[in-house]
Amino acid sequence: MATTEPKKLPTLPVIENPTRRAAVKGGFATLGAAAFVAAVSPLRQAAKTATAAEFMQKHYAELTPEQKADVIARLEAEAAEKYGAEVTIADDRPIPGTKFVYAINLSVCNGNGKCVEACHKENNHDRATNQSYIRVLEMPKGTMDMEQGSTTYTGTVPKDDKFYLPVQCQQCDEPPCVDVCPVKATWKEDDGIVVVDYNWCIGCRYCEAACPYHARRFNWKAPEVPAEEINPDQSYLSNRVRPVGVVEKCTYCLHRTRRGKLPACLEACPTGARVFGNILDPESSIRWILENKRVYILKEELGTKPAFFYFFD
Amino acid sequence: MPRLAPLILAGGLGLAGATALVVAWQSSSQARSPDATVSEPFATGQSSETTQVKNASSALPEGSAAEEYLVTVRRPAGPPRITLAGTDPQGRTGSVACSTCHSVRQPDLTNVSAATLDEFHQGMAFNHGKITCYACHNPDDADTLRLADGSPVAYQDVMTLCSQCHGPQATAFAHGAHGGMNGHWDLTSGPQTKNNCIDCHDPHAPNYPKMVVGFKPRDRFNEPAAHDHEGAAPHGDH
Repeated sequence: MATTEPKKLPTLPVIENPTRRAAVKGGFATLGAAAFVAAVSPLRQAAKTATAAEFMQKHYAELTPEQKADVIARLEAEAAEKYGAEVTIADDRPIPGTKFVYAINLSVCNGNGKCVEACHKENNHDRATNQSYIRVLEMPKGTMDMEQGSTTYTGTVPKDDKFYLPVQCQQCDEPPCVDVCPVKATWKEDDGIVVVDYNWCIGCRYCEAACPYHARRFNWKAPEVPAEEINPDQSYLSNRVRPVGVVEKCTYCLHRTRRGKLPACLEACPTGARVFGNILDPESSIRWILENKRVYILKEELGTKPAFFYFFD
Repeated sequence: MPRLAPLILAGGLGLAGATALVVAWQSSSQARSPDATVSEPFATGQSSETTQVKNASSALPEGSAAEEYLVTVRRPAGPPRITLAGTDPQGRTGSVACSTCHSVRQPDLTNVSAATLDEFHQGMAFNHGKITCYACHNPDDADTLRLADGSPVAYQDVMTLCSQCHGPQATAFAHGAHGGMNGHWDLTSGPQTKNNCIDCHDPHAPNYPKMVVGFKPRDRFNEPAAHDHEGAAPHGDH
């Protein structure tokens, strides 16, 4: 029967050629190894920039009180290590029965920018970029369209044919930035403040793109603040020094306002243009303004329902 | 299919590797947490500072059950003192009260601004509508001001005087909508201090002074608006 099976039937050359097959296998193995390296590279990055505990941290809303205490202790230790500053990070929660609202008297604001500076210092912003949550726009008279404003003005203010429009987070009741967040790292709290869990943010910047008021900022690099300039009075959801690669925003200074104090930008305003308060209190100054002044909101047509009003008197 | 085997293998390896890393880190984090000292876990600012609680002033809402801190409106220290230009033989300078000179001089009601004075108060910037010196200053008692009805009012109560003409501003001020403030929005947790009129407005030239912009953030919105592709650095296709 030796003659009945003389040779194997011809098959595909690639199978027949062991050398070539080995090469292809080797090629795929290399690809696989490269894929593995690429797959774990975020982990290696994380290992560089984050501690294991930070990497494993849960979403703020899911933290138990004990875990929160651990997280805050870790963040305070990190601040001491990275910035050489002794800081206190609190976990300020909304005061029941409050909804914070801001109003600015544009007849009075003269664009001097003290609020911008106060925000910069209060919220531990990067010193090199002069970062701040507030932009003051120099506006041509006759429009409330903030896109026509310019932030590059300098020199003596106010200029005769201009008015000045400070813009910061409007703490919208329908916040587009919250809707677009793919990981729910930003949300609206009971007192109306839209907050960010900086440790949950993945830095995709969707929210920054979604905000019609250009109110969000991205930390392109770790903020540089000298130890003696760090504001040690901090809150987890507010002005603690943010890590690199996350989005941040105005929190109405919740580390102050949730303790009953006025926001830093208001206290710094030399013209007294800023008014802040609890809209649920019928006796509050903010209510008086809403009831007695003609108030404007920015980009009303977008339906974002800002908790931030502008008025002239 | 056999060609995919190495890829699947690599994927599996990757998963296993990642899981192993995660497990390792979790255990290390659990090991870490006990020795992390918790200094002040939830030091919120709501520690009750019950010292110095006073009753609400009459300007504040009535009937609020909680005791409220006071809203303090800053007040001028008193009648202004005039610093003397000259010095005595010892090189000392001094300041005198208004009444030092004005009690022995007859008021000249024809002087309506500093421009017509031939001594003292010369060169004073005056830009407050068409009112005259004695519209506000009291010719009978230089250390007080005078209301429109002729009754004197202390310098400390200057806001009463201003409010005669600037009613809308006074109303807005009373409701916290005019004038700067410091302290607390929530008077149950702390006091508030408000500026008075002349903290911001010079009574002789009450227009708020011009200011110079100091602090500027440096971000992309502060770049010039023009987007010049000719001179711009390459920045990808769009």
